[in-house]
Amino acid sequence: MTFRLTRDEAEEFVFAEAEFLDDWDLEAWLDLFADDAVYNVPSTDLDKSAKAADNLFYIADDRTRLEERVTRLKKKTAHAEFPRSKTRHLVSNVRIRKIDDESATVTAAFATFRSKDGVTDTYIGSTRYKLVRPNGALKIAEKWCFLDMEGLRPQGRISILL
Amino acid sequence: MSGTNGAYVRIDEDLKTFKVSRRAFVDPAVTDAEYREIFDKCWLYLGHESELDQPNDFLTRTVARRNILFARQADGEFRAYLNTCPHRGASVCRERSGSAKSFQCMYHGWVFGNDGRLKHLPGEDSYGENFRESGGGDLTPVPKLDNCAGFWFVCFDPDGPSLDDYLGAAMPYIELLSLHSKHGMEIVGGTQEYAIRSNWKLLTENSVDGYHAESTHATYLDYLMNVSGGLIKQPLVGRAFDLGNGHAVLEYKAPWGRTIAQWIPMWGEEVKAQLEDVKAELVERLGPDKADRIAHYNRNLLIFPNLIVNDIMAITVRTYYPDAPDFMNVNAWALAPRREVDWARQYRLYNFLEFLGPGGFATPDDVEAMEKCQMGYRNLKEARWNDISKGIGKAEPSFDDEAQMRAFWTEWQSRISRADGFGLAA
Ligand code: FES
Ligand SMILES: [Fe+2]
Repeated sequence: MTFRLTRDEAEEFVFAEAEFLDDWDLEAWLDLFADDAVYNVPSTDLDKSAKAADNLFYIADDRTRLEERVTRLKKKTAHAEFPRSKTRHLVSNVRIRKIDDESATVTAAFATFRSKDGVTDTYIGSTRYKLVRPNGALKIAEKWCFLDMEGLRPQGRISILL
Repeated sequence: MSGTNGAYVRIDEDLKTFKVSRRAFVDPAVTDAEYREIFDKCWLYLGHESELDQPNDFLTRTVARRNILFARQADGEFRAYLNTCPHRGASVCRERSGSAKSFQCMYHGWVFGNDGRLKHLPGEDSYGENFRESGGGDLTPVPKLDNCAGFWFVCFDPDGPSLDDYLGAAMPYIELLSLHSKHGMEIVGGTQEYAIRSNWKLLTENSVDGYHAESTHATYLDYLMNVSGGLIKQPLVGRAFDLGNGHAVLEYKAPWGRTIAQWIPMWGEEVKAQLEDVKAELVERLGPDKADRIAHYNRNLLIFPNLIVNDIMAITVRTYYPDAPDFMNVNAWALAPRREVDWARQYRLYNFLEFLGPGGFATPDDVEAMEKCQMGYRNLKEARWNDISKGIGKAEPSFDDEAQMRAFWTEWQSRISRADGFGLAA
């Protein structure tokens, strides 16, 4: 049996994900991830094939670290996001790349704006998802964000979820 | 008021206070003076030997506003040039890194060997007979280049001190970093290149600030407590040392894991046994004292003015320069033992990105703190001074006092006061 996924469904899924983030509904966002999910943002001078086990990434979360990231962001002591910034995740160029027995690979382009304290920063890049259906509902098994930037300049940090 | 007072640093020995003028963080004239009197005169970090692992390897990097081409010749010798063509100035090498015996300028096609010599001159017969041989067409080397235990430094002052004299008492700390493995050390792939909208000196202070962890990094400490076995029962305890010439170090014990070689329960019993072997090898090779320091002590090392090597839950090598009084560019690398076993390398890098990285659970909050300090300096006209007095007068300042910052500011004040117009009261 091959995995079922239409472009409509893929688009609706990543658009909904973006909306959860911009609404700061972090629990709903976390619910989109499978139990053994990973969320990675490699450093900008790395090749797309680089692995977090032997290369320095900005973010290399397994499910545990991802949950902790969300827990942290809900605290007032997550100083970089207190008071919370305003964000807008624009997602486009959604394409289904590959469909296997158990999963689909979907790619998209993103531009995310973060405004706080009189400054608006932009994060630009592409996303690669591995989507699965552990119990029927679509879930993220892998989310990779590849920044199309030469570093985090001037953004200085990835304190939000991309 | 008694004590040594410069224009920007005020010490009151009766009140036991050490104050720094906030003008030092906002005045463009100060940034200019810093380039003239500090960055153009001090030894500055260029790169680690492991980044040019093989003969003919090269990399390009910005150091104190200059473009530097750092290369190894075919004979393995390390060289560094100003990356500008002697003909009209174009950047000769436009790649970040690679391997090359020669570099061709894209403009008129002059070709330089990695020994810096002009090798090929298109239309050579239209030049004077000895144009090439005279050396006037060669790449310009940096005035001074030297290394300490594999850390390469440049100095743009031809009359500056030797690197050994400059580093002085800080040298043994750099050497200690090279001893974690008998195979040597290496920079891991992946550079964290970011910026902070604050004055660069705030990052010098922040990188050796043992006082801020509990409040700034509350969520990081929560995280370590949440993941079971993330910490051992080792209280934070240790010392700050003024190493002279503006260099300083904190050396202290801490409850977090070190893949060389402080075990935490989260890593499991199998790793525990392996870490005991790592420790035993250190004892055998270096003796019990050095082995204990490498395994169980953390060090936040500041090499004046802007090199930080923090050997904590991972090792970061970090350097940064101001673009403006309220903006700096930061480059940070992870240093690790060569041929480190897979699990150790992995935990080390996870430790790094959780705490030291701008996408982690701590550094974004440091960035926030520094940017909020910079914002606070908008009130300069009424609120003029920073306080750096913690632990003043103690014979043995603690790691969470501010003696290390006073060491930095004392050197900074003495150098900046040599700039024209900067010997005056602020
Ligand atoms: S500028 Fe380099 S060859 Fe002319
Ligand atoms: Fe910090």
